[in-house]
Formats: sequence, C-alpha cells, structure tokens
Amino acid sequence: MYLRKFAALTLLIPFAAAACGGAEEAATPAAPASDEPAATAPDLSQAGGIAGSVTFTGETPASEAIQMAADPFCLSAHSEAVMSTPVMVDADGGLMNVVVHISGGLEGYAFPDAVEQAVINQTDCMYEPHVLAMQTGQTIVIRNSDDTLHNVNVQPTNNPAFNQGQPLAGMELERIFENAEIGIPARCDVHPWMGAFISVFDHPYFSVSTEAGAFSIPQLPPGDYVIEAWHETLGTLTQNVTVAANETAAVSIEFGS
Amino acid sequence: MPQRSVTTGGWLHLYALLVVVATFILIIAGGLVTSTDSGLAVPDWPLSYGMFFPPMVGGIFYEHGHRMIAGAVGLMTLALTIWLWRKEERAWVRQLGVVALVTVVIQALLGGITVLWMLPPLVSTSHLATAMAFFAMVTSLAVVTSTGWQRAVPAPPVSGTVPLTKLAGATTLLVYGQILLGAAMRHTGAGLACPDFPLCNGTVLPDLSPPGVALHMAHRVGAILVACAVVYLADRTWALYPDIPELRRPAIAAMFFVGFQALLGALSVLSGLSVGTTTAHVGGGAALLCSLVVLTLRAQRRLGRTAVHAGGATTGAAARATG
Repeated sequence: MYLRKFAALTLLIPFAAAACGGAEEAATPAAPASDEPAATAPDLSQAGGIAGSVTFTGETPASEAIQMAADPFCLSAHSEAVMSTPVMVDADGGLMNVVVHISGGLEGYAFPDAVEQAVINQTDCMYEPHVLAMQTGQTIVIRNSDDTLHNVNVQPTNNPAFNQGQPLAGMELERIFENAEIGIPARCDVHPWMGAFISVFDHPYFSVSTEAGAFSIPQLPPGDYVIEAWHETLGTLTQNVTVAANETAAVSIEFGS
Repeated sequence: MPQRSVTTGGWLHLYALLVVVATFILIIAGGLVTSTDSGLAVPDWPLSYGMFFPPMVGGIFYEHGHRMIAGAVGLMTLALTIWLWRKEERAWVRQLGVVALVTVVIQALLGGITVLWMLPPLVSTSHLATAMAFFAMVTSLAVVTSTGWQRAVPAPPVSGTVPLTKLAGATTLLVYGQILLGAAMRHTGAGLACPDFPLCNGTVLPDLSPPGVALHMAHRVGAILVACAVVYLADRTWALYPDIPELRRPAIAAMFFVGFQALLGALSVLSGLSVGTTTAHVGGGAALLCSLVVLTLRAQRRLGRTAVHAGGATTGAAARATG
C-alpha cells in the first residue's frame, strides 16, 4: 500500500507539471491602429544614402582554435585550425559582421517585399555568412553543403522557432520571418561551434559590414534618420544622421573593447 | 498460470540490481545531454535524422547515445515486469513492476516531447522528475526482491518522539523535491544566476526578484535543509540501531552522498558549469535518492507499524538491545 501511494504520487508530479506547460505559441504582431495614415512608398527621385565604416579600438578579445575532432568530416575539411573570432578586426581596425540599419526616420513609409532569396550555407562545418540581414516576408534558404549531418536550430523571440535536421549534402530548408527581429541565433547542436545570427527588418535599409568594416545603405529619401549598429558580442550603438538630396552621408561608427 | 512464489534473492534479484545500474547509467547519459547542450542535436523523434542509427558525431553522440541506453533500459524493464508477473507471489511487487513499466514508457514520451517542442523547461524538468521516480521504483524492486528483505525480523520498539520510518520517508521526499528544484534551475538556465559561491552576487541575501536568482537560491537553501535532514537521519539511525547493518549502511551512504553533492554543487558553480561536475552532480543526486529509498524501505520492513521512535533519552540503551 505504501509503495503504491509513493509510485502514484511520483507519477502525478511530472504529469501535472507537463500539463501546465506546452509549446509556446508564436507571438503575433499587433494590428495597426485604424486612424494611422496609409503608408506610402518613399520618393526616391532625390535619393541619397549613408555609407561609412565600423571600426574597433582597444584590445581584441583572444581567439581560440575550434576543436572539430568530434566529427572527422569537419576536421578533414580544414587544413589549418579554424579560430573562433566573434570580434573580427582587420589591420586597419575595420570591424566585420556589424549589422547597420535605420532604426528611426522611416515612419509612414511602406516597402515592397524583397524578391531575392537570402541564403545561409553550411559549408566545411561553418555558417556562411556568419551574420545575415534580410527583410520580413523575404525567403531565407538554409543549405547543407557538407557531407555530414547538421541540425538547424533557430530560436527567435518574435518569430516561430524551428529545429530541423539536414542529414544529407544538398538539403535545403526555406523559411520566412514575418516579424522584425535583430540577432536571431541559429546554431548546430551537432557541431556546437557553428553559430550564425539573422537580423530581420521591415524595410530594406540595412547593411552588414565587410572584412574592412565598410557598410553602405543606398537609395534613402532625404531626411533625418537614426542608425543603429549591432554586433553579436559588443552590443549596440546609435547615431543621428541627416541625408541630403542626392548625397551620401559619411558615417563612422566606433566600437570599443 | 505459472507457479508463483515470494522471489527473493537469486537471479531475479540480481537482474533487478542490473536494471538499477543500467538506470543509473541512463541518468548519467541524460545529464551529459544537458551538460553538453546536445538536447537538440537530433531534431526528430523517435527516429534520429530519419534513421535508427545516425553517425555518432558531435552532439549526436550524446543525444542518440542517451536514446539507445534508454531503449535498452525500457526493454530491460519490460523483461523485469514480465519476470515478476510470472514468478512473484506478492501482488504489490508485481504491481510495482507494472507501474515501473508504465513510468518508463511515459518517460520515453516525455523525452520525445521535449525534443519536438525544443526543450521547454517544464517538460525537460518533468523528464528528470520521472527519471528519478523510475529510479526509485527499480531500486525498490531490487530491495524487496533481496534475501535480506525476506529474512528481516521486526526490531523491538524504542521510545522517543519521531518514528524512524517517517523520518526516512520524509527525508526521501525532501531530497526528491531538492532534485526537482535542481532540474528546474538547470533547465531554465539559472545554474549561474549566482555566479559565485558561497555568496550569491557578493551577498548572503541577494535580490530575489530575478526568477533565476530565486530558483538558484531555493536550491541552495534546499541543499542546507537536505544536509541537515540527512545528518539527523543518519545520527538517529546510528544511535538507535547501531547493530542493524541493513539500516546503518544506507544511512552512512546517504551521509557520504550528501557531502559529495555539496562539494559538487559548489564546484559546478565555481567551474562555470563544467560538463564533468554538473553531470556528476546529477549522478550524486540519484545516488543520494537511491540510498534513502533503500533506508526507507528497510526501515519500513524492520520497524514499520511498531512504536519505534527516534530521539529521547532512553534510545541508546534500547538500541543496544536490538542487536
């Protein structure tokens, strides 16, 4: 009798806990207020733009050699050790993989959906690119080019999460993010060093800095804007920028250690 | 109808012990999945990448390895239940076997759900809760099929205040609760909500408004309560029944494991949740629970329904008389 009670109790506890939980439902965007003026496409007849560079000053965080021995394919795909370097700085201080985007000044505009697909490729057990920016409603293709298994584990907060296996080379999956969100983490749990960040915007005015730290946001209507620069470990910086008609405003963004 | 008898000792008991060992290994393997963050390395269930046996690379080694050991334990439990059903005379032992089998099936489903729902903390915590409940059940089956169980003679009553059977049972439940707190802390990512030890964020009484800190501190306070309860239980067991090794040994084991757990809990934080220490901490929790289940069952067998009490001035003399 004593044992039966004990067993029944211990069984009930986890069940009750599981019943209270469950998969979280995806967040749904709030409906726009009905008294807002209808959004219009921007007038680009006198479009200017923003261009510049992102730099890093200070001591660059130490990088470590990635241990790929857990998968012989990954190990053999690289003749030299691959370094883990979330802060990638070139000889002139240019900082790579910074997402620069307009965060203020675009109110009242509507933008067409992007036509091209955004692509993340899993190649030699690394994500290419490591940082990607795209538009809401745009299709992202995540491809496995490796002759080994990857899982694509994407965990947004404003969009539905997914975790899908790609056991064979050449496999692709397609997704569309409906809501704007910066720095959505994607990872492969088979190869824990594999990580990428996807940023999704409800406009086309964004850029990811190159190896030299350069970025460019063209085709902006003249006006006053707030630009924001996001880096996966260094955080976020903002600046006010005025774009004059038919001119490109030069901007320098400087991250510190 | 097969010929049934009270099956104590012999192959059945050895087999039940084997299931206990296999379950302990399974719990360690499950702990490794979480410690290495491999829980989503195989995104599908019940197959793995659509296969029975995927390449055991990277995180798949831990996740699929856990599934294979779990499959083995499930089959072993099925065999144990059938064996008990055919040979065991005691209906409650047969029923406990069936409950263990149902539990291991539920556990498999919870494991599948936690993968398919991408590790929601409540389901992952329930998976550990069910694991420990199942471990307690197979441990119980091993205890009640031992020769010592059948040989045990009731010990004479000892006057005092708290019956040892209740004390041991309450301590077992307290440890189970502490394990649940630890699992909730681990699966909500609150293992380093207090990054220092013995203080938390540099103070004895940290701000408990962040849920992670509150959960972490609850586990630390729970550890103190568990340590006090186990030390008191072991002291009472030793004082009252020094000549009953069936009670003394698991009490000593519980003392050992509680010290081991305190050390590993501290090291888990100080090592920044290293794979080795956190996994060993899970295993230590299972071992502590196991020792207390053994003590509780044996106390129930030797002292149950008799007015045996812990505490009081006359206990020493009474205890010596029990040998």
